[in-house]
Amino acid sequence: MKILVCIKQVPDSAQIRVHPVTNTIMRQGVPTIINPYDLFSLEEALRLRDKFGGEVTVLTMGPPMASESLRKALAIGADRAVLLTDRFFAGSDTLATTYALAQAIRKVEQTFGKQDIVFTGKQTIDGDTAQVGPGIAKRLGLLQLTYVSKLVECDPEKREVVVERRAEGGVQVLKTSMPCLITMIEGSNEVRRGAFEDSLRAARAEIVTWSAKDAEIEDLTKCGLKGSPTIVKKVFAPAPRSEKAAFVEPEKTAPDSAEALITAIFARHPSLESDLTKLASGL
Amino acid sequence: MSATPPPATRAAAKKELPEHFRDYKHVWVFVELERGEVHPVSWELLGEGRKLADKLGVELASVILGGGDGGARAAAAESFCYGADVAYLVEHPVLEDYRNESYAKAMTQLVNTHKPEILLLGATNLGRDLAGSVATTLLTGLTADCTELAVDADGSLAATRPTFGGSLLCTIYTLNYRPQMATIRPRVMAMPERAADRVGRVVPFTPDLSEDDIITKLLRFVPDRDSNKSNLAFADVVVAGGIGLQSAENFQLVRNLASVLGAEFGCSRPLVQKGWVPSERQIGQTGKTIRPKLYIAAGISGAIQHRVGVEGADCIVAINTDKNAPIFDFAHVGIVTDAIRLLPALTEAFRQRLSPHQRDRLAG
Ligand SMILES: Cc1cc2nc3c(=O)[nH]c(=O)nc-3n(C[C@H](O)[C@H](O)[C@H](O)COP(=O)(O)OP(=O)(O)OC[C@H]3O[C@@H](n4cnc5c(N)ncnc54)[C@H](O)[C@@H]3O)c2cc1C
Ligand SMILES: Cc1cc2nc3c(=O)[nH]c(=O)nc-3n(C[C@H](O)[C@H](O)[C@H](O)COP(=O)(O)OP(=O)(O)OC[C@H]3O[C@@H](n4cnc5c(N)ncnc54)[C@H](O)[C@@H]3O)c2cc1C
Repeated sequence: MKILVCIKQVPDSAQIRVHPVTNTIMRQGVPTIINPYDLFSLEEALRLRDKFGGEVTVLTMGPPMASESLRKALAIGADRAVLLTDRFFAGSDTLATTYALAQAIRKVEQTFGKQDIVFTGKQTIDGDTAQVGPGIAKRLGLLQLTYVSKLVECDPEKREVVVERRAEGGVQVLKTSMPCLITMIEGSNEVRRGAFEDSLRAARAEIVTWSAKDAEIEDLTKCGLKGSPTIVKKVFAPAPRSEKAAFVEPEKTAPDSAEALITAIFARHPSLESDLTKLASGL
Repeated sequence: MSATPPPATRAAAKKELPEHFRDYKHVWVFVELERGEVHPVSWELLGEGRKLADKLGVELASVILGGGDGGARAAAAESFCYGADVAYLVEHPVLEDYRNESYAKAMTQLVNTHKPEILLLGATNLGRDLAGSVATTLLTGLTADCTELAVDADGSLAATRPTFGGSLLCTIYTLNYRPQMATIRPRVMAMPERAADRVGRVVPFTPDLSEDDIITKLLRFVPDRDSNKSNLAFADVVVAGGIGLQSAENFQLVRNLASVLGAEFGCSRPLVQKGWVPSERQIGQTGKTIRPKLYIAAGISGAIQHRVGVEGADCIVAINTDKNAPIFDFAHVGIVTDAIRLLPALTEAFRQRLSPHQRDRLAG
């Protein structure tokens, strides 16, 4: 099987700080990681390859330094890495991103063969739109299976896939055909660490690097800012709450503190007393 | 609120709206109907859509897709009670269950026929799955996971969403394309008052669909076991615990308090990661957004990813040993003390106060 996994390099959001005076994101020194949700998709792709043979290609669009994430993906076990990088892509919203990525996937298919399944992450932790997977699927005419919690069956001969998909109030069991696009949800599998040989291979591997021209992306008006219908007009910090918390002085014993706390809560929100009484008596 | 200047490259100006978009009018809300149930976010969006439509002086329409068993018709009638003037009723056997292919096709056909200027969907799994396909087919802009919507002086939709896990907000426009699309997080907009006697116009629409063209088949639907289902997102009172509780055993203190209050319990993310609490109990950016009347957080520091999920609570009570914990920046009532000692006492004190029996005895 030939499987392609889209990954995105993102800043480790646990370490992002906002400058207290200028309200801008302080990116300097913030380490970058592979978008954590993408790893579940990568793992699922590797499992299919291990079972049926074939190869896994990872693809990212980003600045040249995004090659670090591709190398990490190789070290986890991917077979080939493609970096799509060009200043024309700067400022892309999801529509422009999916145009570029879909074109690049076409080029991958011309160069390395038809792909049976394309995986993307469920969403990223920075842009967090969850729109890129559906966008690529639509542009390439792939059947779309998002929020997959389990790949139940995959039959490369019959070209069939059966998945469990997380829906509101339950799980849909869906059957579809390849080629398709799948996004896995977190916790759907245990992501492997990667073998020692893979890390050696990753360190030496050549990363296929394409500009817009290399990937035969001809219509540059569909890329970057020009190709983005959404316009970010304003970035600002959330308004700080005007009043601070009313602090309750702890008493000597816990029961006294508890009484003081409840009194303070009801003093602040008098309607809560009757609401809570109703709720508690409804038990 | 001090705004950073917009990045120069993004400050594109509004051009004259292209001719073919000028007859796009009215505000639409996609009503998410799955297996006979309307997702509450749809009503929340009708409440918000009503405000936008009134400001623009246009109609508010609900869009309901369904299999023709009457469920969609009932949802259409209900949508009038929540503020819709018009309901587009799209019924077809192929639309019985949600599948991306059939829903995206029907929705796109409806948009191309009746041309809305604004199209809102819930940022649920279904809504996000559908919105991404529809926006790509229509080649228009889609703003994800919004927490605030407004109409500018020139009539453009200003959609505001948290970025970088809520540490910043940004306002996004789709100026030169139609419809202007956005998905909105559940439980962010207030539930509108239901007006039982409100009525509206039903506009039926027959999509051009055939089961033979839809490749994906639904084999089964496995409902979640009811016992497992947490009602966290809709609870009036929520008690949650964090790492400050120090052990899985101590989490029982949170459950005990919740039980006395008739509340739901929740937790911060690390407790899910440690396996102390099931993931459907996680509150925050990557968990549930809650909007209770009372939220009690014990041993939770109040990281921004947690804060964005609880900010809508009317009263936030924080119990934390560190007086500098960020949670005190947005809590309404705080106490600097050991939660492991306080929680049992608090449970007992609430039990006494709230039990009618106890109160009568005290009074008598
Ligand atoms: C703060 C902020 C807010 C934004 N809001 C919006 C918005 O509301 N609407 C909008 O259209 N755009 C928005 N954007 C732009 C958007 O983030 C970019 O287009 C981005 O390139 C892709 O979107 P995402 O990160 O949301 O990806 P998602 O759609 O969340 O990603 C899903 C999956 O797609 C794959 N993927 C995503 N990007 C890449 C990539 N570059 N290379 C390879 N695979 C990838 C990954 O597998 C990923 O897990 C915003 C950007 C920022 C910084
Ligand atoms: C992409 C991303 C998404 C995330 N999504 C979420 C999310 O959805 N929800 C979420 O909650 N987090 C989320 N997080 C994690 C978040 O950043 C924090 O790490 C997390 O919320 C911290 O949990 P905590 O408050 O329980 O633990 P800590 O931050 O460790 O805080 C523990 C607190 O307990 C206090 N304490 C210690 N002992 C006691 C005691 N005896 N009594 C009372 N107080 C005590 C301490 O003073 C401290 O303030 C996310 C992070 C990332 C990077």
